Amino acid sequence: MFFWQLVLSGLSIGSLYAVVGLGIVLLYRTSRVLNFAHGDLAMVTTMIAYSLLTSAGVVFAGSVALTLLAAFALGSLFYFIVIRPVKEATLLGQIITTAGFALVLGGAAVVIWGAGTKALPFPLSRFRFYDVFGLRIDQLTIGSFIVSVITMLLLYLLVQKTKFGLAMRAVSQNDAAARVLGIPVRRVYAVTWGVSAVLGAIGGLLLAPVTFVSPTMMFDPFLKGFAAAVLGGLDSLPGVIIGGVILGVVENVFGGYVSTAFKSTVAFVMIIAVLLVRPEGLLGRKFQRRV
Amino acid sequence: MTQLIQRYEEEMALVRGGAAWTGLVLLLGALAALPWLLPGYYVYILNFVGINVIVAIGLNLLVGYTGQISLGHVGFVAIGAYAATHFIRATEASGVVAALGGPFWMAVFIGGAAAAVFGVLVGLPAIRLEGPYLTIVTLGFGLAVQQILINWPAVSGGRIGMFVPQPALGSFVLGSDRSLYYLVWTVVIGMSLVAFNLTRSHVGRAFIAIRDSDIAAEVTGVNLKYYKTLAFAVSAFYAGAAGALLAYVMQYLEPTMFNLYESIYYLAMVVVGGLGTIPGAMFGAVLLTLLQYGLSHAQEYLPVIYGGIVILVMALEPMGLYGRWLKIKLWMKTWPM
Repeated sequence: MFFWQLVLSGLSIGSLYAVVGLGIVLLYRTSRVLNFAHGDLAMVTTMIAYSLLTSAGVVFAGSVALTLLAAFALGSLFYFIVIRPVKEATLLGQIITTAGFALVLGGAAVVIWGAGTKALPFPLSRFRFYDVFGLRIDQLTIGSFIVSVITMLLLYLLVQKTKFGLAMRAVSQNDAAARVLGIPVRRVYAVTWGVSAVLGAIGGLLLAPVTFVSPTMMFDPFLKGFAAAVLGGLDSLPGVIIGGVILGVVENVFGGYVSTAFKSTVAFVMIIAVLLVRPEGLLGRKFQRRV
Repeated sequence: MTQLIQRYEEEMALVRGGAAWTGLVLLLGALAALPWLLPGYYVYILNFVGINVIVAIGLNLLVGYTGQISLGHVGFVAIGAYAATHFIRATEASGVVAALGGPFWMAVFIGGAAAAVFGVLVGLPAIRLEGPYLTIVTLGFGLAVQQILINWPAVSGGRIGMFVPQPALGSFVLGSDRSLYYLVWTVVIGMSLVAFNLTRSHVGRAFIAIRDSDIAAEVTGVNLKYYKTLAFAVSAFYAGAAGALLAYVMQYLEPTMFNLYESIYYLAMVVVGGLGTIPGAMFGAVLLTLLQYGLSHAQEYLPVIYGGIVILVMALEPMGLYGRWLKIKLWMKTWPM
């Protein structure tokens, strides 16, 4: 029973890793940019939600909607201001640029909101429990699991069933050809940045009741999301969900039975072991290159 | 300006021509004189500058020359720092090596060597991985080192941290910032010289070949496994030696000093200075370290300014500041064309 309890909470936290990781993967497979500011973008948008909820006094649903809008705007803005000028940069150049942006966001958050931790008023409680098949589950765990699954479904519909999703997939396959065919590539990139930031914001909002709101709140979840993405294969959307769930469950079970101190270390060791066997991740496409 | 090269020795010379020699002598003279001209706190800062120069040069050998990404370099610095500290403490306790006149130069070497061993370990996955996948492995390594240090009090001293004995040569103790300055900068000059020579040897050419195209390099006979691991080992050695010096300068170690942000700062130094050039790495390290301490009274704005500078350099000059300097030099050479 203890084991299944651990698996269940691992599943829930894993689905949050997956939501954060989805933003990274979506961006990577469309524009080949590895966004190191993903976590800090999510953190800043969660801070915005905090301000809306507390000082501005907007109702919860309204603040969430405004926050997601802000996330979208911030993401696309970053694309237009920073990424487009350095689009020729190598992978390292992009990592450095986005890491620079992460520093700016993190620093700005400290200046604006202060370095302390704050509690975000959240409608779901961690301390109200339900019994499901003999397992005790709190409201927040159920809620965040449901929201992440809905988010994944919506993303699936966006990527696979809409015209815009088709354009995104076309750009990810060959952006020059997509341009020739009349797809507005720049707009696709900008919107992808926006959607990615929204995914990050959803992750941030769902994590806020657990980690509390602070400038460093997304540090660990971002790394886990990134790790989940790499584990599943960076160009595979189902891969990151599987990766996130595996990561969450393994980490939680290890934490429950062996030691919580080395929880994250074990997660990373596991990823390195998987990558040694499958360098492209679980569901990633094999590298094919020409000289 | 450019003189005709007539003999093989001239072609091989590291420093060419009178102007370059004058510049070098002036630079070395200035470095030797600085601690006597500046107040103590600035000498302390210059020690950090020197340490970061060593890390940046080593990281540049890996990132700029071999094209392998490392986001966990702070792990190597930490390993070097702790290995050196444990070595110093052990020898101090046993009193054997103290008879040889104090082991501080050995501690620097041992810090480097310990990190190099881990460099090989991290380099092994690099044979199969690339790009973002390698990033996560190195990132995981850096985080793992920090976490293990935090949760293993026997090595890191736990919450109290760990104090580092002062370096001594017999009865002569290198206690002051000024004497440490000479230790740090002697190592800086020595390791820069090694790096300069390494990059123009066949090893350096193999590194560059791997960076430009690893498949083509392998076809032309570069042993990828050997050189990729070697690049990691050499780079880790630099970081480890810098870690040992850091332990001496800080005189106190604590696991939270070695966080992910440090790794990003190191990478930023290399990129801002100029990838794939040793003067670039030096320049970036000096500039960004001075910036860090220059802004110490406006600590909370530091990340914003730091990040802003990095983004600006990437947007305006992807070759880094040294790349811009080379362009200016070229322009002056061809002036008034």
